[in-house]
Amino acid sequence: MAAHATTGPVTHEHEAAHPPTSMGLPHIKLGFWTFLGSDCLFFGSLIATYMAYRGHSLTGPFSHTSWTAPDGHVVPHILNVPVTSISAFVLLVSSFAMVMALNGFQTNNRGRARLWLFLTAIFGLTFLGFQSYEFTEFYLNGLSLQQNLFGSCFFVLTGFHGTHVAFGVLWLLTLFVADLRKPIPPSKAVNVETCGLYWHFVDIVWIVIFAFVYLIPVTEKGGF
Amino acid sequence: MATAAPLPQVEPAYSGSGVWSWLTTVDHKRIGILYGVTAFSFFLVGGLEALAIRAQLMRPEQHFVIGAAFNGLFTMHATTMIFLAIMPLGAAFFNYMIPLMIGARDVAFPRLNAFSYWVFLSGALLMNSFFVVGAFDAAPGWLSQIPNTGWFGYAPLTERQFSPNLAVDYWMIGLQILGVSSLAAGFNFIVTILNMRAPGMTMMRLPVFVWMTLVVQFLVVFAFPMITVGLILLTFDRFFGTNFYISGNGGDPLLWQHLFWLFGHPEVYILILPAMGIVSEVLPTFARKPLFGAPFVIFSGIVIGLLGFGVWSHHMFTTGLGPVADSAFAVTTMLIAIPTAVKIFNWIATLWGGQIVLKSPMYFALGFVALFIIGGLSGVMHASPPVDLHHQDSYFVVAHIHYVLFGGSIFGLFAGIYYWFPKMSGRMLDDGLGKLHFWLMFLAMNVTFFPMHFLGVDGMPRRIFTYYSSDGWDTWNLVASLGAFALGASMLIFLFNFFRALRSGAPAGNDPWDAATLEWATTSPPPLHDFDKIPVVTSSRPFWDAKYGGHGAPKAKQEAVGGHAAADHVVLPNPTIWPLVTALGILIFWTSFMLPDGPVFVVTGFGVLVLLFGLFSWLFEPLE
Repeated sequence: MAAHATTGPVTHEHEAAHPPTSMGLPHIKLGFWTFLGSDCLFFGSLIATYMAYRGHSLTGPFSHTSWTAPDGHVVPHILNVPVTSISAFVLLVSSFAMVMALNGFQTNNRGRARLWLFLTAIFGLTFLGFQSYEFTEFYLNGLSLQQNLFGSCFFVLTGFHGTHVAFGVLWLLTLFVADLRKPIPPSKAVNVETCGLYWHFVDIVWIVIFAFVYLIPVTEKGGF
Repeated sequence: MATAAPLPQVEPAYSGSGVWSWLTTVDHKRIGILYGVTAFSFFLVGGLEALAIRAQLMRPEQHFVIGAAFNGLFTMHATTMIFLAIMPLGAAFFNYMIPLMIGARDVAFPRLNAFSYWVFLSGALLMNSFFVVGAFDAAPGWLSQIPNTGWFGYAPLTERQFSPNLAVDYWMIGLQILGVSSLAAGFNFIVTILNMRAPGMTMMRLPVFVWMTLVVQFLVVFAFPMITVGLILLTFDRFFGTNFYISGNGGDPLLWQHLFWLFGHPEVYILILPAMGIVSEVLPTFARKPLFGAPFVIFSGIVIGLLGFGVWSHHMFTTGLGPVADSAFAVTTMLIAIPTAVKIFNWIATLWGGQIVLKSPMYFALGFVALFIIGGLSGVMHASPPVDLHHQDSYFVVAHIHYVLFGGSIFGLFAGIYYWFPKMSGRMLDDGLGKLHFWLMFLAMNVTFFPMHFLGVDGMPRRIFTYYSSDGWDTWNLVASLGAFALGASMLIFLFNFFRALRSGAPAGNDPWDAATLEWATTSPPPLHDFDKIPVVTSSRPFWDAKYGGHGAPKAKQEAVGGHAAADHVVLPNPTIWPLVTALGILIFWTSFMLPDGPVFVVTGFGVLVLLFGLFSWLFEPLE
């Protein structure tokens, strides 16, 4: 029977309640993977726009170099890598929390599920707090949406990522409240898993953005 | 089975009727009909816009519609035909036919499907609402309120500086909303086709129309995000003062062209592949033999889809990308001729040795093959950059795109309409009128668009609203315009045939064409649950097997997959209003940007609230 178990179709206990599908995946999961593929092109286009305009700003403030404003005062480089590293780390840790929460739902461990789901949302909110601080700080340093190409590209790219995170937080809290009102059984854990897919995706996109925008310095106009 | 009692079931098998039942429907067949009726209405609107264009160009130096109004007409003619007619006509067939053809009872996400339609309708109405807004606007010449920057809306012409009024906003936001609809439908149909096939329906047994739909949906989900970003950047430029496409501030107008054509060329295949799929169903049925080399047709479709993402810059040869980029894109573009030609040879080989039955769907399918070859060949011509430099922005390009999109997509879609109308309505379209329609449309199409080749090579630029007699373009413009009016007349024949058939057409029976695919195995129109028993499939032509025993009769009892639940206990999703409410939220959100005195963010917020309210009500409503 051991041989049969390894070759036969694998049916997880939490999937048994669904009617079988042609691919063996629940519709929602397959559909969501398709959406994530599509969203890759969305962020890909925004990141490509950022890269195409990298170092093309006609006026400051600049991302990695200081700039002397017309009135003579010097604006230091805008991006603060140490601070954003902390928020990036928080977002990374939230992915771990999401994995723990999903495990809680799949094993019907209510305490684990609720604690870690709540923590995931809190980490997400923390990231958004950091982003609000960043945006405010940059704006006070003279970098507005309209100031230069760097400002336009930066705020639109990271703004849409932040919107994705905010939507994810809303989704997590919705699941959290729904679970408090009526516990989500292991047979419906795929709904949490889908949210997890989204959350990990948003997390990975941030790693790419962080690498391309923050970590690769723009040293001179047009240069890499 | 071949001579099963021809029991005409003409009654629509819908649960209930009336407006509310249509607003809340989640039935893929009803949503298909909604798509079809809406799209055909817009097809007629786009056709009238084309007739106005041809009326203006019929003689030199006329003053019927000139200037901004003329620009508006050609912009909205193209935008309407592409996004509001051809794409949704394809969607009508996807919706109605895909579940039937794969032996399913609905799409994977029925409520998302309803949402797609309502969002589509919102975008279509918003984009065309300038007709109303413009009419109430004080100034005469309200036609100048029409979006008039061309269907590809090149920057910086679309920027606030050069297009200050709301016209471009309607176009830009309308397209954005339509993109949401297409994306939602894309996810839905990918999951439906991959995940809801009847027992035994392996991927290589899928009908070719289903395969082409699958390729199209992948094109949609990967191409639309790029136009979404392009439009978002334009929205920021127009509303929030950014400089993405303004060269004076360091931006680059070419970025728009790249983002647009990265979407725009796959979009061309989004328009043509459904027609190719329809023709791949019609030709075997009326040649009485299976599609020749079906796997080659399928893989060619996939290759066309993949290559479609690598050719966008052939729309930009004249922008000076340099010889390396031009050569690379010329090569990839010419490569596409190979899978396309493979398909055409397979269609011709399907006819070879067949017992050809010449009914009206077959006429349109054959017309498709002939006209698409002409359009394809002129396409290969301007794949060459030196040739393209001469063709760019001339009527030669107009001739090319109308041979592939009218001779191609529209003929293919009409083949589908004549082929599937009996299944959808339970009645037959008159075959004689259908053939009359075909011949008038076929001749008029060539009379209209073939002279444009001559005009283009003779130097007539596209998008000019008049010309002088001394230019020497009088004769062919007159011929083209007369052809266009004959095209309009051919549509009247179709409409007469259509409404007459709905009222008093001959009952169709389940299988009027003796076809091979599963949609013909159920009643016409199908019952709400599509099939009493989910069929079991043993080859790529399951219904011919069932009738003629080719692969052995299908197994009478349900196999393990699907289980007894499929046999009699059918659970269908409940009707619901929430997808419509959610779509309404999106409409309110975007309309808040379009108010005469600029964006009103209170309205934007209200739109978000309606959107979230609809979404939460939708998610927490029991499905069944």
